Amino acid sequence: MPRLSYRKALTRALADEMARDESVFLLGEDIRVAASNVTAGLLKKFGPERVLDTPLSEQAFTSFATGAALAGLRPVVEFQIPSLLFLVFEQIVNHAHKFPLMTGGQCAVPVTYLVPGSGSRTGWAGQHSDHPYSLFAHVGVTTLVPATPADAYGLLVSAIRHVDPVVLFAPAGAMDVRADVDFAALAPVPIGKGRVHRPGADVTVVAVGHLVHDALAVADELAGQVSVEVFDPRTLYPFDWDGLTESVARTGRLVVVDDSNRSCGIAGEIIATVVERVRLLAPPRRVTRPDGAVLPFAPALDRAVQPGREQLTAAIQLTMKDG
Amino acid sequence: MTRSDPVRLYRTVRLIRRFEERAIELVRSGAIVGGIHPYLGQEGIAAGVCAALRADDLVTGTHRGHGHVLAKGADPARMLAELLGRVTGLNRGRGGSMHAADLGVGVLGANAIVGAAGAILTGAVWARRRRGDDVVGATFFGDGAVNEGMLLEAFNLAALWRVPVLFVCENNGYATTMPVDGAVAGTIGGRAEAFGMPAAVVDGQDPETVREVTAAAVDRMRAGGGPELIEARTYRFDAHHTFEHAVRLDYRAPEEVARGRSRDPVEIQGGRLGDADRAAVDAEVESVLAAAVEFALASPEPDPAGALEHLYASGLVARTGGG
Ligand SMILES: Cc1ncc(C[n+]2csc(CCOP(=O)(O)OP(=O)(O)O)c2C)c(N)n1
Ligand SMILES: [Mg+2]
Repeated sequence: MPRLSYRKALTRALADEMARDESVFLLGEDIRVAASNVTAGLLKKFGPERVLDTPLSEQAFTSFATGAALAGLRPVVEFQIPSLLFLVFEQIVNHAHKFPLMTGGQCAVPVTYLVPGSGSRTGWAGQHSDHPYSLFAHVGVTTLVPATPADAYGLLVSAIRHVDPVVLFAPAGAMDVRADVDFAALAPVPIGKGRVHRPGADVTVVAVGHLVHDALAVADELAGQVSVEVFDPRTLYPFDWDGLTESVARTGRLVVVDDSNRSCGIAGEIIATVVERVRLLAPPRRVTRPDGAVLPFAPALDRAVQPGREQLTAAIQLTMKDG
Repeated sequence: MTRSDPVRLYRTVRLIRRFEERAIELVRSGAIVGGIHPYLGQEGIAAGVCAALRADDLVTGTHRGHGHVLAKGADPARMLAELLGRVTGLNRGRGGSMHAADLGVGVLGANAIVGAAGAILTGAVWARRRRGDDVVGATFFGDGAVNEGMLLEAFNLAALWRVPVLFVCENNGYATTMPVDGAVAGTIGGRAEAFGMPAAVVDGQDPETVREVTAAAVDRMRAGGGPELIEARTYRFDAHHTFEHAVRLDYRAPEEVARGRSRDPVEIQGGRLGDADRAAVDAEVESVLAAAVEFALASPEPDPAGALEHLYASGLVARTGGG
């Protein structure tokens, strides 16, 4: 079977949707030359009218996309740096997200915000290493964090076709993942549907984005001692609560690994919702960035602040010991 | 170029004036909760600008937005019902005074975030023109908005991509209580000129002058010209917001207010009509507003069970907040 990289999967999704639907267009910084290597080849295929290089005006071009969507187009906005989302939180939350309700259903705002290389990029330090997906889940913007090439393809396609604003985080830690993929089988992945990557009987590990691969590695290492089920929500908002409940109802134990800061991160919401629904055998645990984390530069410090495999292994073992 | 129609222009100015006065009565009676930002004294700007636009042209308004929405052609009865939060309102009671929108007549919404709407309108007009519609747009904002970076970013985008948007600054001398001289370095027109945009200062108290200057700009823009700015000098006759009716804020000398109120757009435009014509318009406006008030007060309140209807265009139903 041919190999497909996560990055190429995103490119392919953009190309397929642009070919399928004239109203899809891209805008962002340095996307014509594909500085992030996600829009490679698209200028040649679709021309400058549909691949717009913008000045460094994130707030204006984010709202420009809102306006274009109100007028019937389907913009995809690429952000060079995850931390830029803090600049445009206003434009996304106060306008794009609020318009349908505030207008009493007069309009829709089908914009996709694509963030290639979210989270730590190792060595890019404090202002380039954020992973603010929990913020978008909190305000209720559709939030996707695919882990694999096939899901990256399928979720980006679904995001572009979706009628409401969608933020898609493509974690830096997943961008170089490759997988055997049957190209003919590439298909849209439904928004709001999680996926069990590996079935298990003793504990459900919910892993977000690139951490799915760490969770799978840990599950392999622990095989024989603990039977770990790895649940990948894929969509953080709206979350697949039924899918997760079904898993935890079987295993009775829950550990979440999440690249958010701890306080008000999605891991907290996942644990709260599960304990509202399921009587667990042991207290649930979460592995996250520390409270209020700013990623320091030096590689060892950067790694020290991100959730890691050892922490996850320890959390699983403690959960098993607790009951 | 659109022709002068003094009677029609007077009717719009008079309609907005009386609408605002009736709305203030309804604030006092408690029928409108949250208060309003009265447009009293500034009616000539919305009336003059919209008289030079076509029905399919697009506009955005501000927190002081009733005049913009009415001048573009929204139904006063449904507008008033919106201020009362009724299901028959333009936004089904979901928007209120500061978010009234009527996409059917090209109003992409009043917008309560100062300086935010310009980029949205720029994107919408750009998208419509890409589809081959020769529409133009007008985005209203106050003197306070010219210090918002996102609006200046929108100036740049519109000018760079030659999007035919008329930036209409309603300079009423104050942002809430902050005088324009205490807030604006350089000039308002100078900001536009810095981006290569033509800028004109117009007498915002004279509806006919505003209409003429706008019509000339619209002709240039529709013929392929880029964006332009007009600074309409005006004076707010009443409070920044009706809360000031209860809490007196000391920032405008009584003599200044008297001087400002002496140039009244209703009188200026009304003076151009014969007595009989003017009386006929006044009577017709009274009956329209009497019917509007009756309609709004008789309209049903929305059902709290549907408080978050329209949150998602997709129809997604958000989780409830109860235990
Ligand atoms: C970005 C932003 N900052 C502050 C406010 C609060 N606020 C509402 S209206 C207003 C004054 C706006 O002044 P101006 O733009 O001159 O419009 P005017 O009220 O005079 O019509 C302020 C500060 C806001 N709504 N949005
Ligand atoms: Mg002002």
